[in-house]
Order: sequence, then C-alpha cells, then structure tokens
Amino acid sequence: MRVVELPCDRRQIQALEDEILEAVDRLGYPKASRFAIKLALEEAVTNAFKHGHCDCPDTPIRVGWSVEPAVVRIEIEDFGPGFNPDHVPDPTLDENLANPSGRGLMLMRAYMTSVTHSPRGNRVSMVYERPPENA
Amino acid sequence: MPQEQSRLRVTRDGGVTQVEFVDRNILDEANIQHIGEEIAEIIEASDEPRLLISFANVDHLSSAALGALITINNKIRTRNGALRLANIDPQIREVFQITRLERLFEIHDTTDDAMRSF
Repeated sequence: MRVVELPCDRRQIQALEDEILEAVDRLGYPKASRFAIKLALEEAVTNAFKHGHCDCPDTPIRVGWSVEPAVVRIEIEDFGPGFNPDHVPDPTLDENLANPSGRGLMLMRAYMTSVTHSPRGNRVSMVYERPPENA
Repeated sequence: MPQEQSRLRVTRDGGVTQVEFVDRNILDEANIQHIGEEIAEIIEASDEPRLLISFANVDHLSSAALGALITINNKIRTRNGALRLANIDPQIREVFQITRLERLFEIHDTTDDAMRSF
C-alpha cells in the first residue's frame, strides 16, 4: 500500500484522487466502480479535514491506497480526537432529510464494499471489490 | 481583489431562471459555497422565485453539494418559490435515491419536462 501525506490543498487532493483513479482506469474497472471510488474517496478526505482536523486545519492527513485487479483499498487517517461512527445520525430518516449535512459517511458505506473505523475513529479503511462482469 | 469567476451559466425563460454548472465535478467545498451564494442572490432577486437547476454535464457531486441544494430548496420554500432539478446523470440520480433526497426535490429527466411542470 502506498502512503502519502496529504495537505488540505484542493490541487493536491485532486492530484491524488486523479492518481488513484488513473490506476483504477488502467485496470479496466467499469465506469460505475470509478464513480463509487471517487465519491467515497472524496467524502472520506473531506470528513478527515472537516471533522478530524477542524481545530488544526494546517495538518495533513495520511492516505494509504492500493489498486489491484480485484480490489481497491483506501485508508485515511487524521490526527484529530476521533469520533464514534455509530453516533452519526441516519440522514435518510424523515426528520433528517432537510438537514444539509451528515451524508458523507452514509455515501461511503453505500458505495464501498466495506468501511471500517479504528477504535478511536480517526482512521477509516475502505475496501472496494470489483463487481463480477455483467453484474 | 478580483471578483471570483461565476461557476454558473444563468438564463431566463418566461419567469423561470435556469442555472447550469460550469464544472463537471461539484466537489470542492469552497466552490460549492460560492455556487450556493450565487444561487442565493438569484433567489433573493425575485418574489416567489422559480428556479430550474440543470445537471447537464455534471459527472460528480459530493454530499456537500447535496447540502447546498437542500439549503437552496429551504430558501426557495421560504419565499414561496419553486425549484426543479433536471438532466441528472443516472449515477448521480442514484445518489439522490440512496440518500432519499428524491423525496425532497422535484426531479425531471429533461429541461423541457421541468419547464412544463412550473
């Protein structure tokens, strides 16, 4: 797994996302997979900076990733206090629909095969398994 | 300080303001905030605003963009206006379905369908 330090700089974030997605493209993942990985990656990076580093905006996050023919793995670690992902309100409940925030984690879980957090909650590991052909 | 370039293409058609995005990816929070501010100005410029947001050419959007749309929708409703979304790519339409935001917005396949619905 390749690991990089990623500062809160839009161009560098975009460059890293492009690098990962180019690797996905080279291995011929379908368009839907690319969409899913891009969305989950974007949400996870945003969460790390916005929630993990809200008190330390100049601190980079750590991103690890590997792209293989059958699976893509992405790990994102921030250096904030962490959180309990089980305490994030369900944004699909009627009472939460009109809330402008709180959908990032839900989208990560919807689009990735698995999303797990470290006990402290400051590191998220996402796995995307390539779907069978003609799925 | 130079004025930030608009991220929207805005046209007006029979009392309806149509908005299209310049960017194919609506991901960056700073950009999304700027888009939200631009659209807020459009809404505030009319009594009972009628707004059509077209997602033609949009390939990706983030949850922050969804949040901005919700804020826009809330603002339009407080002014007794109407909002329609149109031309949403199937993959992005699925994001609206997964988040159940299809219940919040009136979404049409095409601009023409949306215009007829006002």
